Parts: sequence; structure tokens; C-alpha cells
Amino acid sequence: MTDSAITARDLSKSYRIARSGRSHDRLTEALVARARHPFHRREYETLAALTDVTFEIPWGEAVGIVGRNGAGKSTLLKILTRITAPSGGRVELGGRVGSLLEVGTGFHPELTGRENVYLNGSLLGMSRREIRRRFDDIVDFSGVARFLETPVKRFSSGMYVRLAFSVAAHLETEILAIDEVLAVGDAEFQRRSLDKMRDVAKDGRTVLYVSHQLQTVTALCTSAMFLDEGRLVVSGSVESVMGAYRDSFQTFRARQLDPDRRPGSGKIRFEEVTTAEIREPTDDTVVAFKVGVNPEIVGKYFVSCHVRDDKGLLVAQCDSRLVGLWLDPSEPRQGVLRIKDLWLRPGQYTVDMYLCQAGVFDEWRAAAAFEVLPHIPYPELVTDEGLFGAVLCDFDYEAW
Amino acid sequence: MRREPGGQPYVVLLPPGRLNLPRGREIWEAREILYRFGVRDVVLRYRQTAVGIAWVVLQPLVTAAIFAIVFGRVAGLSSGDVPYFLFAFAGTIAWTVFSGVLTRAAPSLVANQALVSKVFFPRVVVPLSANLSVLIDFAVSLALFAVLLAVNDVNPGWAVLTLPLWTLCALALGSGAGLAASAVMVKYRDVSYALPWLVQVLMYATPVAYALDAVPPGLTWWFDANPLTWLMECFRWALLGSAPPPAWQVVGLVVASVVAVLAGLLVFQRREREFADVI
Repeated sequence: MTDSAITARDLSKSYRIARSGRSHDRLTEALVARARHPFHRREYETLAALTDVTFEIPWGEAVGIVGRNGAGKSTLLKILTRITAPSGGRVELGGRVGSLLEVGTGFHPELTGRENVYLNGSLLGMSRREIRRRFDDIVDFSGVARFLETPVKRFSSGMYVRLAFSVAAHLETEILAIDEVLAVGDAEFQRRSLDKMRDVAKDGRTVLYVSHQLQTVTALCTSAMFLDEGRLVVSGSVESVMGAYRDSFQTFRARQLDPDRRPGSGKIRFEEVTTAEIREPTDDTVVAFKVGVNPEIVGKYFVSCHVRDDKGLLVAQCDSRLVGLWLDPSEPRQGVLRIKDLWLRPGQYTVDMYLCQAGVFDEWRAAAAFEVLPHIPYPELVTDEGLFGAVLCDFDYEAW
Repeated sequence: MRREPGGQPYVVLLPPGRLNLPRGREIWEAREILYRFGVRDVVLRYRQTAVGIAWVVLQPLVTAAIFAIVFGRVAGLSSGDVPYFLFAFAGTIAWTVFSGVLTRAAPSLVANQALVSKVFFPRVVVPLSANLSVLIDFAVSLALFAVLLAVNDVNPGWAVLTLPLWTLCALALGSGAGLAASAVMVKYRDVSYALPWLVQVLMYATPVAYALDAVPPGLTWWFDANPLTWLMECFRWALLGSAPPPAWQVVGLVVASVVAVLAGLLVFQRREREFADVI
């Protein structure tokens, strides 16, 4: 055994993507183009997903890997789990790596629960003896003991997820890599899963955990790494890395705090925008704001609030004109926006605020930010495919 | 968990080199996956089918019957001193081992793309697992063939003891081609269109349904150079007790089998590390 679980030096990964532009939809077109330029080679662009990442992870550590979308987190995990090869650099692994990349990968719907446990266990790197030894634990943990001889296609999706997760959770590899899987399941199952992951690290093994959900990283990990645009920005204690990660949002937000650096005519500006920083998916979104004063403005102005998710998608736009609210600029005003019945998916959100009349007075991007906790507000469990919508919502079915 | 400081790393990951040979230890550790994949294929093929295992019996029987009618009756070819049906059946069994492995191995990586892009394990086990289900089909056909031999009072003699070797050769030839085809198919799906057609062409270009004696003299060079011809001759010798093939064909068959597996592995491993990025 080596001193450290993982040692990576100058690790890089780049993908070659065909340059877009002149692509041929039809075979005939492609053939004509080929005949005209028989020696023309396709041009490629390289896309660097990871650049010179160097780190060392000791044994017994639960490491959270955070970063925004496209920062290279999943690529890093794919290299460490040996799914894809690095393009440069070197990684030394001190032991077997088990991965829990997507719950249920390798489950076959026609096979029974028992058959799938064996198939999936072997795929994840367990020997037959190991699986046999842990079989009862796996089944107990999943709670589907009664349906072991039933093809999993007849399972409810919750049972399916629980069984799949149980197999992976009982892996005995020295290193365990997890990508967002803990986001499935109800609160109770999530809590048990987190406990399980903590036990793994207590055993002296090493856990790698990729997530958008800062809450879970803080709860589970003993150290963390922050990737940005394929580079390792900082690694170390969870607090310091989380700090740096939040700062990366906050450097932008801090700059926007200075009214002179914000777009808009500036005739009148927000003084303060606040919202609760952590909330449940079903909570109302409440944004409080204060606006300054400018008696020279003729007429009234309105407020607009945009809620964006961490990918920049505009989830909701709440324009005060729609509800008939116009404010008088001759005196300082404050107000509260309450967005009811909007169930947000777990994740990070930012709030952009606007003051407008005919033109824009103040445009305050990322005026506030909040995190929605990784709880799914439905009574049953499903895999992620059941939750593709941009938002969650309160619904029920009736059938006759 | 106990560990001593300063030991060797379990594995070192480097950018792929030119020659990327599979690591023996990893393949050995993946034998359970190989077995589970094989079992999965077998189970899946016969679960929710009405007549189940009968399909394994029916397919070669009907194929051999058609061959016996077309080549034996219509074309009036000779099958030596065994009934034409038995003669064609022996050829079909041998051919099915080779083509079965090839046609099941080739699409296997693409069919399992969720796994290939999500989990690490030595990729070679995916196409190689085709061998298991083919072997089971082979065993069933062989049992049926034994019954037919007894009914027709044909005795292959001691030559039947060489059968395992030829079976191994058929699996090796099929696996070699299947490994290469599956790896190429990851990038070029054309393979899935070309392969069934190629296999059919190859079947008619190999003395499966007719005897080597029936080949016109101008074409014997092709049949002599085709390792699958040697395979058929060896199989018929073992199954029907017909005249043993010349020694050079026997040696050639063994050499060709080894070469096929090595070449297939080489093609496969060259592309292996980019599977997850391309598939």
C-alpha cells in the first residue's frame, strides 16, 4: 500500500471535437464534398476539460469535489475511475476504485433482484465470494427482501433505486467515487446513505464525492477540492474550499454590490436585496428589497425579479407590472416579493433584480443567492429520469 | 485495514501508449463479470419465450434440413457415405459456433454502452462473454447430433476425441473477428450493416452445406486458403469420421486461431481507452 490513496500530477484531459460549420447532413453531399477535396482532412478543435491538475489524497479522507457545471468535476472522476484515459500527466492509485456513478447502471430489467445484485456487484468489482458474503447486508439495507426473485422491471422505481444503491454502498474497494447519486431517494434513505458513506471513510478507505449540493459536501466530507474551468483552484479543508467556491460566486456578487459598477442609468438604485440563503424545495421564495430616492424622476417605476438556476436558466420572472405595483421615486421604498407555489429543484439559485420605467434604472445581477436543499418533496422515490423538469411542482393524478 | 507505508501503487494511469496490452491480473479479476454477462445473455434469451430452449434445437435442424434438400436433392451433390442431412448438420454446428460468437460479440459493446461509459472493467470481457451462450447452444446441438448419429448408425470413431480442440479453434476464430468488429463498431456503426451480410457471404464461400469435393477445380485455391474450410474439414472428421484433413490444414487451423485472437485483441486494445469518449 502506498502512503496516499491518490496522487495526481499534471493531469490533463482534452477532447477532440470536429469543427462545426461545414457539416454534411446527407450522404450524397458528403460524397460530393469528398470527391471535390479528396485529401481534405477534417479540422478538429481541442477542448481542454482538465488542465494540469495536481493533488494528493491521503487514506481515510472523504473528499468533496465542487465546481460549477463544466468545471471538469465529472471528467476528473471518470479518469480516476478509469472509465476514460488521461491525455497527459500521471495518476497513482493506491487501491481498487469502485464507482457509484449512476445508480442502477448495469441493472437489467428482465433479471431478478438477486441476479441483478450479482451482475451489478461483479461489474462494480466485487468477487463472487465478496457478494455472497455481503448479500444479506445488501438486501437488508435495501429493504426489498420479499421481491428478490421478481424481475426488477416489476419493481417500483423506489425499490429499484434502493436496491441499486445498496449494492454500490456495500462495495469494499479501497477508494470509492460517487457522483451526485445521493440526490435520489427520500429523506430517510438519504440519511442512511450518508451514514453509510461516512462509515466508509471511517474504515480508512477514501471517498471521492462530486456534487453541486454544498450541503451534502459539508455533511459528508473531511476535505474538498474546487475546480474551475478545468483547473484546480484550491484544495484543503471543507470550510476553506467551500469559502473559495462561494467566493467565486461572491466575487461577482461583491462587485455588483457597488452601484456604480452595475449597468442601468443609475437614476435610482436598489440599496439592499435579501433572501433566505437556504430553503426547502416547497418553501416560498421571499425576496426583500430597499430602493433609494430620486425626486427628479417623473412618474412611477416598477420592479422585476429574475430567478436563475446554476446553469443560468431563467426559472421565473416576476414583474411588478403584472400585479399592478408601481412605486413612487420621490420617497425611499422597501418591499417584499413572495413567490408562492414555485417548487424549485435542489441546487444553487441567484436572483437578479431590475428597476425600470421606460429604460432600465438599475440592473443588479446576482443581487441575492440561495440554495435549495437536496430533498425531493414527493412521497415516492424515482431515478433522476423522473425529475427532468426545470422546476418541480405540486401535482396529483386521478384516474378512472 | 492494515497498510504498510511506501508500497507500490496498485495502478498507475498514464495517457494511452501505442501498444496497450490488457493486464492479465485485471482480466482474471474480471472473470466474474464474464460469467455474469454470459449468464445474463443466456437467461435473457429464453425468459419470456414460449418454447424456450427448443429454439436452440430448431434452428440448426431446419437449417440442415434446408441444406440437405437444396444441395443434396435439388443440386444432387454427394455427401460421401453419410446421409446428406447429417453431413449438413455437422457443418451447420461448426459454422454456428464461429458465426455465433462473431455476430454476438460484434454489437456487444454498443449494446452495453451505458456500462462502457459509466463503469470501469476490462472491456474485453464484453465481446468475450458471447462465447458462453454460444457454447451452451453448441452443447444442445451436439446432444441432438449424437442422437441422430445413433439413429443413423454412423460412428465417428476415435476422431471424436479431437472435437474439443476444433471447438476451441472455432471459438478463437469467432472471438478474434468479433473483438475487432466490436471495437470498430464503437466508432463506425457501418459494421452492424456490413457484418451480417459478410457472414452470409462467407458461409457460402465455405464448404458448410456442401463437400469440398463438389468445388469446381478452378476455385480450389480459395477453399484451400480459407481457414474456415480447414475448420469444416476438422469438424467433419471429428463428428462424422470422414477422411482426416491433411496435416498442414490442422496445423494451419491452430496457427490461424491463435493469430486471430491476438490480432483481434490488438485491434481491440488499441481503441479500448477511447471507447468511453467515442461511444
